[in-house]
Amino acid sequence: MASSTYEPKNRFIKAVNQQLPILSLIHGAVGAGYRAPKNLNYWWNFGSLAGVCLVVQIITGIVLAMHYTPHTSMAFSSVEHIMRDVNYGWLLRYVHANGASMFFIVVYVHIFRGLFFGSYRSPREMLWFLGLVIYLLMMATGFMGYVLPWGQMSFWGATVITNLFSAIPMVGDSIVAWLWGGFSVDNPTLNRFYSLHYLLPFVIVGVVILHIWALHIPGSNNPLGIDVKGPQDQVPFHPYYTAKDAFGIGVFFLVFAFFVFYAPNYLGHPDNYTEANPMVTPPHIVPEWYYLPFYAILRAIPDKLGGVIAMFAAILILFAMPWLDGSPARSARFRPIYRMLLWVFVADTFLLGYIGANAPDDVLHLGGVEIPFLILGRVATAFYFLFFLVIVPVVSRWETPLPLPKSINEAVLKKSAAKA
Amino acid sequence: MTMKKLIKTIGVALAFSAFASFGAQASEGGALKQVDWPFNGAFGQFDKAQLRRGFQVYREVCAACHSLHLIAFRNLADIGFSEDEIKAIAAEYEVQDGPNDDGDMFMRPGRPSDRIPGPFANEKQARAANNGAYPPDLSLMAKARFGGPDYIHSLLTGYEDAPEGFELGEGMNYNPVFAGAQIAMVSPLGDDMLEYADGTPATADQMSRDVSAFLMWTAEPSLEARKSLGFRVMLFLAIFTVLFYFINRKVWKPVKRGEQV
Repeated sequence: MASSTYEPKNRFIKAVNQQLPILSLIHGAVGAGYRAPKNLNYWWNFGSLAGVCLVVQIITGIVLAMHYTPHTSMAFSSVEHIMRDVNYGWLLRYVHANGASMFFIVVYVHIFRGLFFGSYRSPREMLWFLGLVIYLLMMATGFMGYVLPWGQMSFWGATVITNLFSAIPMVGDSIVAWLWGGFSVDNPTLNRFYSLHYLLPFVIVGVVILHIWALHIPGSNNPLGIDVKGPQDQVPFHPYYTAKDAFGIGVFFLVFAFFVFYAPNYLGHPDNYTEANPMVTPPHIVPEWYYLPFYAILRAIPDKLGGVIAMFAAILILFAMPWLDGSPARSARFRPIYRMLLWVFVADTFLLGYIGANAPDDVLHLGGVEIPFLILGRVATAFYFLFFLVIVPVVSRWETPLPLPKSINEAVLKKSAAKA
Repeated sequence: MTMKKLIKTIGVALAFSAFASFGAQASEGGALKQVDWPFNGAFGQFDKAQLRRGFQVYREVCAACHSLHLIAFRNLADIGFSEDEIKAIAAEYEVQDGPNDDGDMFMRPGRPSDRIPGPFANEKQARAANNGAYPPDLSLMAKARFGGPDYIHSLLTGYEDAPEGFELGEGMNYNPVFAGAQIAMVSPLGDDMLEYADGTPATADQMSRDVSAFLMWTAEPSLEARKSLGFRVMLFLAIFTVLFYFINRKVWKPVKRGEQV
């Protein structure tokens, strides 16, 4: 993106850009200098939406940090101070808390889009890996952020999750004590989580820059999954995708604002409005909704270490997608059998999320049939791994894709001719 | 319906049920009474007269055991008390201050800037006075339980005789709304146990509704500001989004016609 064709007319701007070609950089990254496939659909809006989410979280977070106190005896009341006594503090906090959920929704859609249209395939493996690194950093950041209000779910969620590391043989207990900075989740834990919760978003910004950089080497994938053959297949990013992204941001903000203003606590847990109390364990400890599928996988394995390994493997296995998928076609559009199984996989992750929200000893009543959540969780977990380890490698190599269009341009022209 | 559509439909249905399960998780006990609160809905706001009645119920009934430590007297201006009324209410309380120039703590009448003092000095004292049970602070109760104000109202009006064979602990009361159905608090409200300043008949049901609404205010004092700002934000965003929709269409027109750009 360095070789930009940007030619400023104003002499002053030209002089500045000559010594610091930042305008050329922007022009080449998200301006008219970056040419993207002309057939990108609305699934492609979620990358820019994720960027918007990150910016919203950083801005609201920095202001919240000006009013928050990271101490076990004051954290909870400092959050209530923000809610009651800081001008528009309630707005900042609700935007930040719901913004985290919105960020994860957007990123999950973004990851799904990559899976569906084969955006992880060569030559975009590095782009995919960097995206997964961002996702892992988001998981860590979101977890530590949820601890900061120091409510009951903050404290007990932190206790459960940090205790997972005690499953590591030999050194597990030492690692947990090191993470806590003591012998239980306490003030040192809260302090370091606050410090890291402030740091990691900027690490995410760094990896996002790498992610965009890696995107610009091969350019965007597209719904057909075929390569760009020439300029006739593309449009300049600006104004075409800036306009489309602006519309997407408007729709997204409407959904976001609905939660912030009309259902601000819907995605949270009521227990977090009770101050943390190490002496009282809540009856059900549940993490934030975006971790629930992995929480269900953790609890589906009868062995602690096995559960922890399965949980991390469930995420890390995404790194193997470029090798697991051996289909001649990238996009699932031309792979009807794989596409159907991919939708079943999506349903399975939702099912896992639902299982994660319920206690394993509870029973699901389904039209007179009683299914224990534990059994359901095991079946859903088995399918999750079956999908990656068997279905993707076998179906992708065995299924013959439908004939691919010759070029993006041809497909677009055909589509607009059919409409006219 | 084709197989594909069926699977998609099931997927979407599962997605919604998974999402809905967070908000809809009922309390541990029985079903809650669904009250049509004046603050429900997108345009719902507090009924200030009801909040003042609720404050009266809190002061004359609940405050015997429960604190409200996030609320300062000055906050009462939000529910329609005048400055003089607030000063008078605050002055009825004794607040510890100090140390003075001699290094001693002393008691003085409350001021509007003071938080409402609770009935007990600390948790140990509260437990000692209540058979070992700890009456929780009520400031955030309407957000700290599934169902919120519906839960509080259902609990306050949910006392029953224990069913045959139910083992009730000593000094405990049967209330199916409470987790475990045993609660240390005795049924706190009875018809006409107080006289409302505004003349509303003080039935137990009325008092329960009033104090539940009041506790919604103590938990979420920004509710009114939030909803009125929300409407303006949604309106602005809707107009903005429609404009961008048409801009986007206009920008893409040549490409859709098949022109090269």
